[in-house]
Formats: sequence, structure tokens, C-alpha cells
Amino acid sequence: MALLSLRGAGLSLIVEGELRGTAGVSEPGIAVVQELQLTLGEGPCVDAWASRAAVLEPDLADPAVVRWPAFAQAGVGAGVLAVFAFPLALGAIRIGVLVLYRDRRGLLSADELADGLVLAHVATHMVLGLQAGAPADTLHELLAKEPPHWAEIHQATGMVSVQLEAPLDEAFVRLRAHAFAHDLPLRDVASDVVAGHLRLEGSA
Amino acid sequence: MTREQRIVETFVELANTMVDDFDVVEFLHRLTERCVELLDCAEAGLLLADAGGVLRVMASSSERSDALELLQSQNGEGPCWECYHRGRAVFSEDLTADGDRWPTFAPVASEMGFCSVHAVPMRVRGETVGTLNLFRAAPGRIAEQDMPLAQGMADIAAIALLQERSVRESRGVVEQLQGALSSRVIIEQAKGVLAERTHIGVDAAFSRLRAHAREHHRRLSDIAHELIDGRLDAAALADLTTDRMG
Repeated sequence: MALLSLRGAGLSLIVEGELRGTAGVSEPGIAVVQELQLTLGEGPCVDAWASRAAVLEPDLADPAVVRWPAFAQAGVGAGVLAVFAFPLALGAIRIGVLVLYRDRRGLLSADELADGLVLAHVATHMVLGLQAGAPADTLHELLAKEPPHWAEIHQATGMVSVQLEAPLDEAFVRLRAHAFAHDLPLRDVASDVVAGHLRLEGSA
Repeated sequence: MTREQRIVETFVELANTMVDDFDVVEFLHRLTERCVELLDCAEAGLLLADAGGVLRVMASSSERSDALELLQSQNGEGPCWECYHRGRAVFSEDLTADGDRWPTFAPVASEMGFCSVHAVPMRVRGETVGTLNLFRAAPGRIAEQDMPLAQGMADIAAIALLQERSVRESRGVVEQLQGALSSRVIIEQAKGVLAERTHIGVDAAFSRLRAHAREHHRRLSDIAHELIDGRLDAAALADLTTDRMG
């Protein structure tokens, strides 16, 4: 947070297909603002989830901002003047939204915006990794050595989702869990799946 | 048709596509196909830098898995990596002689039958955001008089990436590029779903997704989404294709 000179940050995750829980917040005041969006069904958190794109509002107090009347009022009341929401997603996999709150108005700089996107990317893999039972310290290795962009990892995710008759996020988690349990690079596991040498079946 | 006529036709086709609510993945795939037709190269690919500065595959003319892997392997070395970081075109006339320069990339590219390679920067307002990679089956360089055309294709790709109209509000460069990369990941996931459901290879799966999108005048990304969600039956795509290579 110091990185982006923020008032606070909130992270909401998907529970049973809906944006529900608030997994992490930096301070109690921010928790209220974060959860209020889910209660009201409006706000940058909800919009970022629905549009699958970052939602940036540099001036929440501006009367011209009419997209979230109830949320804007409450947010400004809690001292939030700018808000930036980033979806946590990997292709069609959506697991939540990261929202950054600032107590001064103004857009993020290009560097800060890039930081926000990277932060959302790391958070996505951290959450999926934890679900796969991989310790948090394996995350660095995953992001650094085998950036999870390889076509085969995403192709394998699609294939495993059919094998398990499960959503993509569960398929990705199973792939990672398999890689971790067998101490293999995720890439190698994905290659085996795509080549038809490995099938992941049965319940987790 | 003369070469000049083909070039004009290509630019008109690409411009026309951008007028509609076009799909950026499909558009860039088509652009790489046209590069192969017009630029004396056997394979063309586009890499885009993500928010963290990692180069990621955005399009490939053949969509062959090994071609995607070769493109994606260029983080830390390779013509695209050099091109991206220097902000200017990079080439190798003879990949077998550039094993020291690109120890990982050069042998793999040679093994795939490529003898020479060019990388051309994709620029937006002076900043390099990605690269166009052109692989040739023979040693040597693309003719000097063709290099402006190669740069023109890279420029069109950059414009297309910033023109995508699926966005309701105006977005910045970084967010638009990130959105395009996300669309690309969805295509890979959909390839996997279709391949597994219909027992074909992932390479053939792309042809089928694309054939279906074209036949029904739909966006490739929408088809991919619907297939993943289960709204679109994989069997519907299997019937339609004329591709029997899978």
C-alpha cells in the first residue's frame, strides 16, 4: 500500500459464483466501504467484476460522478476521494476484485496503474495457489521462472475442466495441486495434459 | 493480381474490420496471416508486453503450438526481447550463427526450420508496447524496400490494440493492452475445452473456433466464452468445420 500511497485496499473474492466475501482489508473503515458495495450492488468493485476490466474513478466527490450515487456518498463520508478496482482474473477464470482507495483525488500515474495490475495478477495466483495447497513461498518461483502465460497451461486448464466436469478455476487449482504434489513445474504438467499423457479425473 | 494490389487490398480489409465492433484476437491473427502472404516469411507472430514488462503471445499466423512456445520463450533473450528493449528493429540473417547471441531461442527456431528472423517494434506514441516477429525459411533478410511494409503492419497492430471497441468507457493504453492479453488467454482455455470435448488436437481446435465465428459472423472471443460457459455445444463446432487436420 505504501507503494501506491493509498488510504487502504480491499479484496473481495467469489463465493459460490457470486462476489461475496471480503478476504482482506487494510483497516476497519475500508472494510465497511468495501462491503457496502456488495450490499448495495453498486460501486467500482461490482463494475470491475461485471465488466472484467479495471474501473478507475479519480474523483469520487465530483457531483458529475453519477454511476454509483449511494456508494459515492458513503465512500466520501469515509474519507475516500479516489478509487481504483482491478479484477482478479486469468482469462475466463474470475476469482475476485482488488480495490485500492485513496484519500486524495487524482488519477493513478502510469507506473502506479501498472503496479495495480501487477498486484492484481500476483493476488490472483496467490489465491489460486493457496487453494491448490501450495505454500505461499512457491508463488515467487511460479511468477518468476515460469510465467503462467504459456499457452499450454491455459489449454490444459480447459482440457482438465472437461475431464473433471468442473469450472476453469477448479481445473487450474487441480493442475497446480498436481504439480505441487509431484514436485513438477506447472509447465511440464500442462504439457503432459495437452499431449494426452495425463488426465486429471475424480473429485479433488 | 499484382503485389501492389494485394497490399492495397490487405490494408482496405484491415481498415474495414476496424470499422465494426471487431474482435482484437481475430484481427491480429488475420494480420499475421497477411504478413506471411506479403512479406516473404514463413511464420509471423505478435508479442505484447504486459503490465509487468513480460512479453506475451498475442497472435501467431499458424497458431501451431510449437510456434506459440517459440514466441513465448523470448523473455530474457531473443529477437523480440532485444527489439522491445532497444525500441528498434532487430534481425538475424542466419540463426545457426547466432547461437551465442540467443542460446535458447536460436537452436529451437533452427530446429523448427527457420533460418532467419526479424523483429519489428510496435509503438504507441513513441513507446514500444510489443513486437512483430517474422520468421523466414531461408537465410538472409527481408528486402530493404519491404521493411516499411513490415513496420506498417506493426503499426496497424498497435492501432488495433488501442481501438478495440468492446470497452464502454475510454481506457488508458496499459489497461487496453492488458484486456487484449486476457482475451488471448480465454482463446487458449477454449481451445483446451474444445479439444478435450471433441477429441481433437488443440491446433485443430483453433481452426474450428475460428471457422465457427466466421460462419456465424460472431466475435471469436464471444464464441470462446460461450464454449467455456457451456452455452455453446462443442458438437456444434465439430460439425461445421472443413478442417480435417486434427
